[in-house]
Amino acid sequence: MQLALVHARYQLLETVRIPVAIFGSAFFPAAAMLFFVVPFAGKDPQGATFATAAMVTFSVMSANIFQYGVGVAEDRAQPWNPYTRTLPAGSAPRFAGRILAGLAVSYLSLIPLVVIAATLTSARIEPAAFLLALATVTVISVPFTLMGLAIGYALPSKAAIVVAQLVFFPLAFGGGLLSAPDQAPGFIEAIAPYLPTRGAVELMWAAVGGYSVNPLSLVMLGVWVVVLAALAGWAYRRDEGRRFS
Amino acid sequence: MNLTRAERVSRRYGDILALDQVDLDVRAGELVGLLGPNGAGKSTLLNLLVGLRRPSSGRVELFGGDPRTPAARRQLGVTPQETGLPGSLRVGEVVDFVSAHYPDPVPRAELLDRFGLTEQTRRQCGGLSGGQKRRLAVALAFVGRPRLVVLDEPTTGLDVEARHTLWEAIRAFHADGGTVLLSSHYLEEVEALAQRVVVIGKGRVLADDSVEAVRAVVGVRRVSLTADVLPALPGVVRTERTDDGRTHLLTADADQLVRDLVTTGVDFRDLEVRPTSLEEAFLAITSATQPVSA
Repeated sequence: MQLALVHARYQLLETVRIPVAIFGSAFFPAAAMLFFVVPFAGKDPQGATFATAAMVTFSVMSANIFQYGVGVAEDRAQPWNPYTRTLPAGSAPRFAGRILAGLAVSYLSLIPLVVIAATLTSARIEPAAFLLALATVTVISVPFTLMGLAIGYALPSKAAIVVAQLVFFPLAFGGGLLSAPDQAPGFIEAIAPYLPTRGAVELMWAAVGGYSVNPLSLVMLGVWVVVLAALAGWAYRRDEGRRFS
Repeated sequence: MNLTRAERVSRRYGDILALDQVDLDVRAGELVGLLGPNGAGKSTLLNLLVGLRRPSSGRVELFGGDPRTPAARRQLGVTPQETGLPGSLRVGEVVDFVSAHYPDPVPRAELLDRFGLTEQTRRQCGGLSGGQKRRLAVALAFVGRPRLVVLDEPTTGLDVEARHTLWEAIRAFHADGGTVLLSSHYLEEVEALAQRVVVIGKGRVLADDSVEAVRAVVGVRRVSLTADVLPALPGVVRTERTDDGRTHLLTADADQLVRDLVTTGVDFRDLEVRPTSLEEAFLAITSATQPVSA
């Protein structure tokens, strides 16, 4: 555990030294917030709160898909990674450290969103709901972390960047992150429950203010977690087999 | 006492046999040089010994255990490839990171001083010169006060001065009782450091002997000439004829061979004397009748 924290600390240091990664995952949702949420839903307390929760989900998704997808793929190309495996620790602390660092970056990249929501919109949230929302961020990180890991372990870094970009936008649109709850165009309402983004955003909406979750979305989110975990596990073992057996 | 050992170890990568039934023992206090051309299997063997890879067949031991378990690696020091240092971390941070894995690490200031990197403590690794990166990479192998240090081509690409600084550090470690296994494709480096040389070629151990014995063998030259008939000459370890009518004589003393050739009065043309590559020398010797291995 001690070592996992050490690994997390140095991975965070590396991320902070080249802040493009944090910037990237913080910028897009913050910009979307400024251009779409503030002018259109900013005046309505409930609408603004739900829209902010949707942007938080968007941010968590893109931060995780990119930092794991691209980060893991790049790390695999570096000889430093095999070197750390000659140290008297298994691969577990490094892996755990990566997850901890990833979570920290996810939370960091949410700060601008929350600041914009609090100052420029009439979004309101009770302290208890805020804490619940914070915890929910960790929960909804799970499917997107697994998706990022699957991409990062399965693909070389150039392909990983492209795939990460290809998946994250349709997931955001299709899951209805860019519309108010239950007001997305019809075809999106139809497909949304089958996408992991939907279950995730519904959990966020439920956390920030009394949205009743669609059971289908939640079940599908569970299915996604299982499928993505299997994919990530397969990609990880295949990579281990290629490089370390 | 054996710190590490390979017993009839083979390793395949797909269709390629990178190591073929290799035996190696490194005893406490030895400084062993692993010598061989690129692609001979040196790195594969070292990767097996430090637990990065698993042998296809045979057995590998490190401090009496399986090198793939973290506990067996507690007294092992390994060098990362210099290109692998994390570019955005500072020199001191990289040392601290590696230190965190050991119970009693060498203090950072002491380690960096020993490798002449004190002034670079706060520099990012990406901004170091090639020599500084290499010195840092080697220094990392010594952080955890190891009993065995495995160095894969520690000085490749370094200038003479930087190479000597590193040699000094390796010698000092050995003088304090440390055990070293290092690979190189320079005979000179192995001669300067090692007492025992293991020569690897095409995945096999070609020789395992003292530096003196190996030097005598590696000093083989190739004397090529065109002649119709050649008498038997002393000191020739091997004779080859190629299709273009050339005769190639392998010998440890080319000067004496040429003198003998001239005194026989044989009519010859296009005389050439060339050093043989390590691999060539060893393959020539080992395919000849007498074995060189001790």
